[in-house]
Amino acid sequence: MSSAELMDFDKALELFEPVLGFEVHVELNTKTKMFSPAPNPAAPGAGAGEPNTMVTPVCLGLPGSLPVVNEQAIRYSISLGLALGCDIAPTSRFARKNYFYPDLAKNYQISQYDEPIAHDGAVDVELANGTTFRVEIERAHMEEDAGKLTHVGGATGRIQGADYSLVDYNRAGVPLVEIVTKMITGAGRDAPELAKAYVSAIRDIVVSLGISEARMERGNLRCDANISLSPRGSGKLGTRTETKNVNSLRSVERTIRYEIQRQAAILAAGGTITQETRHWHEDSGTTSPGRPKSDADDYRYFPEPDLVPVEPSRELIEELRAALPEPPAVRRNRLKESWGFTDLEFQDVVNSGLLVEVESTVAAGASPAQARKWWTGEIARLANVKAVDPSSLVSSEDVAALVVLVESGELTDRLARQVLEGVIAGEGTPAEVVEKRGLKVISDDGALIAAIDDALASQPDVLEKIRDGKLQAAGAVIGPVMKAMHGQADAARVRELILERANSQG
Amino acid sequence: MTGHGAASELIALTAAELSARLASRDVSAVEATQAHLDRIAEVDGDIHAFLHVSADALKTAAEVDGARRMGAKLGPLAGVPIAIKDVLCTLDMPSTAGSRILEGWVPPYDATVVSKLRKAKLIPLGKTNMDEFAMGSSTEHSAFGPTHNPWDLDRIPGGSGGGSAAAVAAFEAPLALGSDTGGSIRQPAAVTGTVGMKPTYGGVSRYGAIALASSLDQVGPVTRTVLDAALLHDVIGGHDPHDSTSLTDNWPSFADAARTGAAAGTLKGVRVGVVKELGGEGFQAGVSARFAKALDLMSAAGAEIVEVSAPSFTYAIAAYYLILPAEASSNLAKFDSVRFGLRVTPPGGGTVEDVMAATREAGFGAEVKRRIILGTYALSAGYYDAYYGSAQKVRTLIQRDFAAAFEKADVLVSPAAPTTAFKLGEKLEDPLAMYLNDVATIPANLAGVPGMGLPMGLAEEDNLPTGIQIMAPAHEDARIYTVGATLEALLEQSWGRPLISRSPRHPLGEGRTK
Amino acid sequence: MSESNPSPLDVAQVAHLANLARIALTPEEIEKLTGELGVIIESIAKVSEVATPDVPSTSHPIRLTNVFRPDVPGETLTVEEALSGAPERDGDRFKVSAILGEEQ
Repeated sequence: MSSAELMDFDKALELFEPVLGFEVHVELNTKTKMFSPAPNPAAPGAGAGEPNTMVTPVCLGLPGSLPVVNEQAIRYSISLGLALGCDIAPTSRFARKNYFYPDLAKNYQISQYDEPIAHDGAVDVELANGTTFRVEIERAHMEEDAGKLTHVGGATGRIQGADYSLVDYNRAGVPLVEIVTKMITGAGRDAPELAKAYVSAIRDIVVSLGISEARMERGNLRCDANISLSPRGSGKLGTRTETKNVNSLRSVERTIRYEIQRQAAILAAGGTITQETRHWHEDSGTTSPGRPKSDADDYRYFPEPDLVPVEPSRELIEELRAALPEPPAVRRNRLKESWGFTDLEFQDVVNSGLLVEVESTVAAGASPAQARKWWTGEIARLANVKAVDPSSLVSSEDVAALVVLVESGELTDRLARQVLEGVIAGEGTPAEVVEKRGLKVISDDGALIAAIDDALASQPDVLEKIRDGKLQAAGAVIGPVMKAMHGQADAARVRELILERANSQG
Repeated sequence: MTGHGAASELIALTAAELSARLASRDVSAVEATQAHLDRIAEVDGDIHAFLHVSADALKTAAEVDGARRMGAKLGPLAGVPIAIKDVLCTLDMPSTAGSRILEGWVPPYDATVVSKLRKAKLIPLGKTNMDEFAMGSSTEHSAFGPTHNPWDLDRIPGGSGGGSAAAVAAFEAPLALGSDTGGSIRQPAAVTGTVGMKPTYGGVSRYGAIALASSLDQVGPVTRTVLDAALLHDVIGGHDPHDSTSLTDNWPSFADAARTGAAAGTLKGVRVGVVKELGGEGFQAGVSARFAKALDLMSAAGAEIVEVSAPSFTYAIAAYYLILPAEASSNLAKFDSVRFGLRVTPPGGGTVEDVMAATREAGFGAEVKRRIILGTYALSAGYYDAYYGSAQKVRTLIQRDFAAAFEKADVLVSPAAPTTAFKLGEKLEDPLAMYLNDVATIPANLAGVPGMGLPMGLAEEDNLPTGIQIMAPAHEDARIYTVGATLEALLEQSWGRPLISRSPRHPLGEGRTK
Repeated sequence: MSESNPSPLDVAQVAHLANLARIALTPEEIEKLTGELGVIIESIAKVSEVATPDVPSTSHPIRLTNVFRPDVPGETLTVEEALSGAPERDGDRFKVSAILGEEQ
């Protein structure tokens, strides 16, 4: 759909009230998978692995294999449910969701259907204008991830037009918790921002619980966004679409905005919205339709006979409740205080969805001010250029290392930006990039003096002017020296050396 | 063979007898294995009990002999050959579950029960024939041709485990493993004059047993005597952390239970419940007559015979034919041509969806397709509550009826199958008639209680074996072994010899007709 | 089932079920199955006679709860074991024909 077929956002909001709903999938970072003792590629530091090296007969759905539930995944799911303010079900059950797809080894997904482990909670989401929006949670249920398909051939490497596909089952069976919201109404023009803030809030929660790596670009956290438009004043619900593959905070916001504009244009023109799954395309900033929902989606859920009900004891629930990290609002206040940020500075971090990043960067040794400066400044700028989330570019550890190099005087800000580029380009840690690119500040006075001499040779009157008290004349030498040093000199030191020279010769 | 005795004498031994001779080093495992391999070579062309005969059996036997010579402490069945139903995964042999779709598939892992056999140093002889994915009561639904009943080659050996029952009945193996979802161990035992035990659900691991209906399937022993079944049960039973439905019971020795029963000679104080709904109409006259005689015998031995009623049992077949196809339709979805098994590409190629559909069309037999479609229907939107949901409620009612019956009786009995072995092909075109073969055995699967089929004599009208079923409350498998061994001894006493010795295929030849 | 429609299943339904179950049944098979399943379903539909609302469901024959495994890595298959049964492979991955549908 071209932008001509989108309604102006403000006009769309005048005519319609957006109704939202989210399904966020969280990959748990347990050591092993949900139903098998295979290593979990979503575990801390695990990585995707070589194809089909992290599998057991269970992951491959081999005939005769049987699932056994990972106890840690249950504990994590309960903790998450509690953190979402949910009730934990005294009895919950696994169910089979039956559908054929080559990445689904058994051709059914073990999930939960009518008896999820957690239900009826709420998350308070802070908006930029300082208001808090309560998003109600319908349920959080446990399930397993599918394998990974690679589409080969055709023009795009996409599923359409591919010649064949390849399957790697390493991801098959990674523990997931799916968090489903109730219908969200009343967000109005804040809907896109709310969407981003909600997913960001979920991310903060799972990170503070330590139950997921929560890297959206790696698929640790994935969002399906439901949206429909209700004509203002009608009280009638519209037909909803479900947009999948929304895998960055930035695109969550953009998807909602786009769908509001797209649906509004169709409805205003007298058209109808098709209830369907749509796919978000990061490159074009648009959504496109998938298969329409039809009776083909008859998942034939039934209780998983290979697994028995989960009945967490009161004691276990209370133990996990007691171990919950502080509530998000308390946590925010604590961080703001300890970092010494102004309201504005702190809100900037929260609204950029960078609270987790700044916190972990500080934890890794950076000063709060520098951590904030880099994340909301240069890194956010680069992320915007690349149309990705800042957190996908660089790790908090690397940012902290960079900050430490700057603070110790080994790098200038300018050099540090170059190092950051190198880190993002995959050249290694900041120290490695410094080494490889030879970007250290030149602290060897000999080299600097030689460059100063070269510069003075073409401007012999500079020293005279300095001696006459016109100290600013030094600038005419500093420039060429910095250039000769490829920027790797400390300008302050160069100035010092020039002044010393003028004085010693006077 | 060495001078220790003729091969035919060796294969006529029970597993317990063979064990004793192996332990005393009177016979070697290699000799015992060779005798059974020879027997297979001799008769399996007629019987077709085996889908695959192990190439490693003699090597394994030699290793066991070596270990014994070195003075290793070996279990009671070490060196005894065993046949394994093809539904069980074996690292060294194809595991096809009787289906074209798995033809030639060699799993990269052993079923837990198979690992236990290997650990206990039994000698796997090969894999036995079965109805495809254990769907059937005659073994005619095997993709690789039917198995023939050793008592009459024109007749079915029961099913789905007809291969295991026939192998044991034809003295091709002293022991076999079976699996029982609705009677697949007990009904073949009944029609082949052998013993088959379905343990309490969860008593034996299902890990590595290719699933038919997960909430009903149970692996168990197939033998010629109650003691042999108990010895084998002792090897394969017990908790398995790879099976979430595996029980953690501290099981007693079933062999001890059987020995106690055999030595008792009396059933004094045992309340034997006769389930009203599992007899009468639909049961062959000769089967009913033999059952009455068995009751008389038990009564004479001091048992208190009580009639119990289990009204919901009349709904058991209906519930079973909803639950089983529903679970099976899901369990069998994994056969899709991606990771293992057959792949059939439609003419002119096609998408992966087309390839899956073509593979499943070509790879599954008619009965499997019938049940998958039925199960898909039972689970589909709009029908779930009426069908699958209702069937799960019937299951509750059946459990309640069992609970009430076990208030009045220590064990429940019935004929294990309504008829003797029918002719091959006789019921192939009438699925509903075929389903009725499991009328007596299905309730135990729905409730998870243990049940055993053991020989109760030949039917007068056709001189074919009949079987009695003994059921006990869940976890009380030992009670079945005790009562079963007593009854077995009483029956053999009354006949003057074991029933199997009247088989035309008995290796010592007395009943031989062909 | 209404009395005017004695067969609980028709050909179109069976074709739909076959599609759900991913089996490319022939028209003849569909025809035959429609009849056979009709008879079977009529005889098993009687479960609803006794399945009254007050009766709870039983999904597992022996009731167990909370069967878990510790979060400890165990033995995995080698790549060769994993791919040993593959009808077709490309390198260390399973190979399938192009997928027309979409990811779920």
